[in-house]
Amino acid sequence: MTTTERRLRTPTHEALGLTADDLLSMYTVMRLARALAERMWLLQRGGKTPFAVTAEGHEGVQVASAWALDRGRDMVLPYYRDLGVVLAVGMSAKEVMLNALGRAADPNSGGRQLPGHWFHAELNIVSGSSPVATQIPHAAGIALASKLRGEETVTAVYFGDGATSAGDFHEGLNFAGVHRLPVVFICENNGYAISVPSSKQAAVEDLAVRAAGYGFPGVTVDGNDALAVYGATREAVERARAGEGPTFIEAKTYRLAPHTSADDDRLYRSPEEVEAWRRRDPIERLRAYLIEWDLLDKRKDEAIGATVVEEVEEAVRLAEASPEPEPESALQHVFYEKG
Amino acid sequence: MPELTYREAIRETLREALNNDNRVFLMGEDIGAYGGAYGVTQGLLAEFGEQRVKDSPIAESVLVGAGIGAAMGGLRPIVELMTINFSLLASDQIVNAAAKMLFMSGGQITVPLIIRTVSGGGNQLGASHSQCLEGWYAQVPGLKVVSPSTPYDACGLLRSAVAEETPVMFVEHSLLYNFRGPVPDEYYTVPIGEADVKRVGSDVTIVAHLRMVHVALQAAEELAEEGIEAEVVDLRSLRPLDTDTINESVMKTNRAVVVEEGWKTGGFGAEVVSSIMEHSFDYLDAPVARVAGQEVPMPYNRDLEQAAIPRPGDVVAAVKSLV
Ligand SMILES: Cc1ncc(C[n+]2csc(CCOP(=O)(O)OP(=O)(O)O)c2C)c(N)n1
Repeated sequence: MTTTERRLRTPTHEALGLTADDLLSMYTVMRLARALAERMWLLQRGGKTPFAVTAEGHEGVQVASAWALDRGRDMVLPYYRDLGVVLAVGMSAKEVMLNALGRAADPNSGGRQLPGHWFHAELNIVSGSSPVATQIPHAAGIALASKLRGEETVTAVYFGDGATSAGDFHEGLNFAGVHRLPVVFICENNGYAISVPSSKQAAVEDLAVRAAGYGFPGVTVDGNDALAVYGATREAVERARAGEGPTFIEAKTYRLAPHTSADDDRLYRSPEEVEAWRRRDPIERLRAYLIEWDLLDKRKDEAIGATVVEEVEEAVRLAEASPEPEPESALQHVFYEKG
Repeated sequence: MPELTYREAIRETLREALNNDNRVFLMGEDIGAYGGAYGVTQGLLAEFGEQRVKDSPIAESVLVGAGIGAAMGGLRPIVELMTINFSLLASDQIVNAAAKMLFMSGGQITVPLIIRTVSGGGNQLGASHSQCLEGWYAQVPGLKVVSPSTPYDACGLLRSAVAEETPVMFVEHSLLYNFRGPVPDEYYTVPIGEADVKRVGSDVTIVAHLRMVHVALQAAEELAEEGIEAEVVDLRSLRPLDTDTINESVMKTNRAVVVEEGWKTGGFGAEVVSSIMEHSFDYLDAPVARVAGQEVPMPYNRDLEQAAIPRPGDVVAAVKSLV
C-alpha cells in the first residue's frame, strides 16, 4: 500500500499515549538542545572551536521523532544538525561539548571527526561521513542486517531537504522499499540547503510524495509541532517493527540560525522571514501546550531553564578541562589493530 | 600592476568568460545569491541572471553529468563542485564519461567542460572535507588538471581552460582565496602544461603545487638565511606535466625535494620523482627526498591536523638531509 498524507492537526498527548512526564522530559531536552546551541555559537565566536553547526528551530522534529524510538536500542543515523536527536537518545551535554572541543575523551571520535558527526557505541548512534545523504544507504544496510538476523530493531535515519536531491537518497529509499526494510526516513525540511531554497532543490511541494515512487508511505507533518511529529514517527516505527517496511516522514520546519558558523544567512533570506518563523518556535509551541494542559507553570518553567543552563555550563567546564588527544596518537585508527 | 586576491582573480576571469561568450554558463551548489562556498561567484548572479549562473540541487553526479551533456549540446559549462571531496560523488561522470567521450567517439565528441573545485586542509574541517585528490584525476588520460598557486596563475590558467576543448579540472586551494598578488590589466594567458620557477636558486630544487608552493617559498627563505639557495618549481599543471622545467632545474641544482600536501603513498609527488629519475639521474648528488601529508584521514583536533600537513620546517629538514 502506498499513500501520501499531509497531517496538520495536532493530536493530544493523551491520544498518543504520552504521559505528563514524557512531555516534560521532551520539553526539557528541547530546551537543552537550544541552550547548547547558543553556547556553541559563543565558543565558536570566542575562538574556542573552529566550527559550529546547531539546530535552533529543529528541536521539535528532532526530539519528538527520537522519542518514538526504542531509544538506545533502535539504530539511529543522525545528520550534522541533529543535536536534539542525540540528546533525546541519551547523549549528554558533556559528551556534546567534548565533541565540539575535539577532546580525547569525545565518545564520538576521540577528537578525530568534525562536530556533529555523531557516534555513540552504547546508544546505537551511528556516525556518517560529511557528504550529504551518504548515511541513507548505510541505514538501509543496517536495517537489512537486523532483518536478516531476525531482530526487531528499527533504524531511523535523518537528513535535510537538500539531501533528497542526492543519488544516495533515491538509491537508499529504493533499496529499502524493494527489501521492505524496517527503516524510518526522517527528512527535516527547513526550506533551505545552505542558501538554496526548496524551489531550486525539488519541483514538488511536499517531498513526502517521493515515497510513492519507492513503494511505501510518505507523510508530511508540521515539524514544529512536537506532538504531530511524535504521532507520525510512532506509527512509522510500529509499521517497521511489524515487518511492514519503510516510511518516509517529511517534517516541515525552519532553521532559525545560520547553516553553520561558515554561513551568512542574510545573503539569501530576509530578517522578516526568520522573525515570522521565530513566532512558530517549536519550543514555544510545546510550552504553550504544557501550560494549557496545566502541566507547567512559570515557576517550573524557570526551574527547567536554570537546570538546563547549569548543565550546559558544567558540560563546557568539564570538556574544557579534559585533555586533548595525545600527539603520539595522531596516526592511530587508520588501520585496524588488535588490542 | 593591480593586485587582486586569488578569489577575485578567479571571479574576474569568470566574469570575462561570461561576457565574452554567451555559451559559457556557471552551475553549482550555492553559487547564486550566496556567491559560492568560498565566495568566488559573488555578484555574478546579479550581473548575469539565472540563465547564466545556476544554483543547483545537491547532486554532484548530475552537476557534472549535466555539464557533460550541456557541453555536448554546444554550450561551455563551468561547474563548481564545492570541494574536491564531493567530486567523488561525481567521479564516475568525470572519469568514465568526461575523460573518455572524445576517445570513445573516435574523436567526434568534444566535452569543453571546466570543473572548478577546491582541495586541501588546514581549516579544521575534518576527514571528508580536507583531502587533496587532484593527483587522482591527473592519472586519468583525457582530463587536464591545473592547480594555480597565485592570482596571476589562477587568471591565466582559467583563461586557457576556457579555450580548451578537453575537460579541465581546475583545482583551487581553500587557504589561498585571500592571498593577494599582481594581475596585469593587459590580457595574458598561462598555458596549461607549463610549470613556473617561483624562486631561482642554485643549491636544491623544491617542486610543489597549490598551497605547498607557498610552504616551499617560506622554507626557501629560511634556508637562504643559512646560505642554501633553493629553486622553487611550481607545477601549475599536473596534467600535462611539464617535465622539462622540473628536470632543467634539477640538472642545475643536482638535488631535489618534492613536496605535496596530500598522502605520500601513490601521491602525485611519486610521478615527479619518477620523471627526475628518468631524466636527471646522472645529475643527482643525493637521493630525491619527498615531503607529504601524514597517511591519516585529516583529524579535526587542531594540533593533530597541524601535525598532518607539511610545514616549512619539514621542507627545510628534507633539504638539509640532502646538502
Ligand atoms: C555531497 C555533498 N555536497 C555538498 C555538501 C556541502 N553541504 C553541506 S550541508 C549542505 C546543505 C544541506 O542541506 P539540507 O540537506 O537541506 O540540510 P540542512 O543543512 O538544511 O539541515 C551542503 C550543500 C556536502 N556536505 N556533501
